[in-house]
Amino acid sequence: MGNIFDIIGPVMVGPSSSHTAGAVKIGNIARQLFGEQPAKATIYLHGSFAATGKGHGTDKALVAGLLGMHPDDLSIPESFELAKKAGMTFTFKEKEIKDAHPNTALMVLEGEGKKALEIQASSTGGGRIRINKLDGVEVNFRGESNTLIVYNVDSPGHVSAVANVLFQKQINIATVQLYRDKRGGQAVMVIEVDQDIPENAVQWLEHLEGIIKVTFLNVADYE
Amino acid sequence: MSFTAMEDIRAYCEEERVSFWEAILIADADARGVSKEKSIRTMNKMWLAMKENLDNYDRTQYSRSHLVGPEGGLMADYQEKGESLCGDFMAKVMTNALKMGCNNACMKRIVAAPTAGACGVLPAVLVTYYEEKQVSDDAMVESLYVAAGVGDVIGNRAFLAGAMGGCQAEIGSAAAMAAAAITYLKGGDIKQMMNATAMALKNMMGLVCDPVGGLVEVPCVKRNVAGAVNALSAADMALAGIESQIPVDQVIDAMKEVGDRMDVAFKETGTGGVAGSERAKEVMKNLQNRQ
Repeated sequence: MGNIFDIIGPVMVGPSSSHTAGAVKIGNIARQLFGEQPAKATIYLHGSFAATGKGHGTDKALVAGLLGMHPDDLSIPESFELAKKAGMTFTFKEKEIKDAHPNTALMVLEGEGKKALEIQASSTGGGRIRINKLDGVEVNFRGESNTLIVYNVDSPGHVSAVANVLFQKQINIATVQLYRDKRGGQAVMVIEVDQDIPENAVQWLEHLEGIIKVTFLNVADYE
Repeated sequence: MSFTAMEDIRAYCEEERVSFWEAILIADADARGVSKEKSIRTMNKMWLAMKENLDNYDRTQYSRSHLVGPEGGLMADYQEKGESLCGDFMAKVMTNALKMGCNNACMKRIVAAPTAGACGVLPAVLVTYYEEKQVSDDAMVESLYVAAGVGDVIGNRAFLAGAMGGCQAEIGSAAAMAAAAITYLKGGDIKQMMNATAMALKNMMGLVCDPVGGLVEVPCVKRNVAGAVNALSAADMALAGIESQIPVDQVIDAMKEVGDRMDVAFKETGTGGVAGSERAKEVMKNLQNRQ
């Protein structure tokens, strides 16, 4: 049995679960993975997002998500004005992304200093999403569980070091995915866990040798 | 526990001596590992949202494309004149279906049931009935479990997305869900609920998904009316003792076959059906100029 609240629900702002609700979720998860509200967002729309996105409010929905809104927020239609007030600038561009799902957005987020994140995600239907790429490295997760993302130099020992930290914090690993751009290059671990990820675990991980960057996603019980 | 057939739900209810809605409640609590109370609280939220969302309708507001907006207000005026061919209750149902469809197109809050495009069918049938017949909120929440059970079986056996199976999967499924729910509220038994589901679905079989410009506006808003009216007529037939000669699960399988064999032009691509008409092309051109 699927979740019956995917059938009666979700409560969302219209008009489309894939082009509006899913787009809000993509923006919201991008913001969480970035760690704060970005100062500047460059958003590339692909496929159906580019073709019919405006009529569906996909652009407003993505910006609303970057501002931290959820799919049922009545302020989604005003997100452009709210972004201005919040000091976030954004630009939209159309882009053909090879082999991407028709409802795909690629966002380049920039913050203070050198802080930046490139995230590519697709809206796969019914308001559900899938994150496809982080900083150019292919990944595959849905953002429905607490998720820890560790970027490291592709060399031996990092998986065990990270697993050890999680064990110390009594965090149970649900799934692990490993990706890298090339042998000896940059690697990404996507680890879905059962418990909330505490801030200090993230700081601890960041200080380990060979770890480039750590981001995380704690999914609140939004029901 | 998982239900992939309406017949399985009926058998479960008989065996466990529970009603249809309780079977779905038990299955949900079991599937998500939550208490029955928590499940009911969530369903109650969905019900409250459906009621509230109708009040947010604003007849002066247009969708971003300007294709839809005032329809709910126009139908309300007409209904108030008391001259509707369909009678006062049905005119109110039609008004509410249009209001929700317009709300969705105008980026207001809706409950996707089963999809955003079909979000008007269940509230049109259920909220109107609730307002006109003074039914308890608890009974309405129970009827939403009935609707959810029907939707779940259709989703498991066939599909609920226009991109997968055409509009029969969206408005058709919503109508089937609403037909079962209203049959339950009117005191129908499980067999009548199954007959209402089967008839509502059969009467929408083959319906294509042909949104102009790919937008959830034309013909989607008005199809919510068709779905709601169809749901009520199917429920009335079932309550009158009329049976579907084809068992409901076989109707769902037939809908799956129709959807699978449907050309991609008729599956939410904005190319076939009315989306391919001359007028639709004009509308699209104007839309691009506006943007």
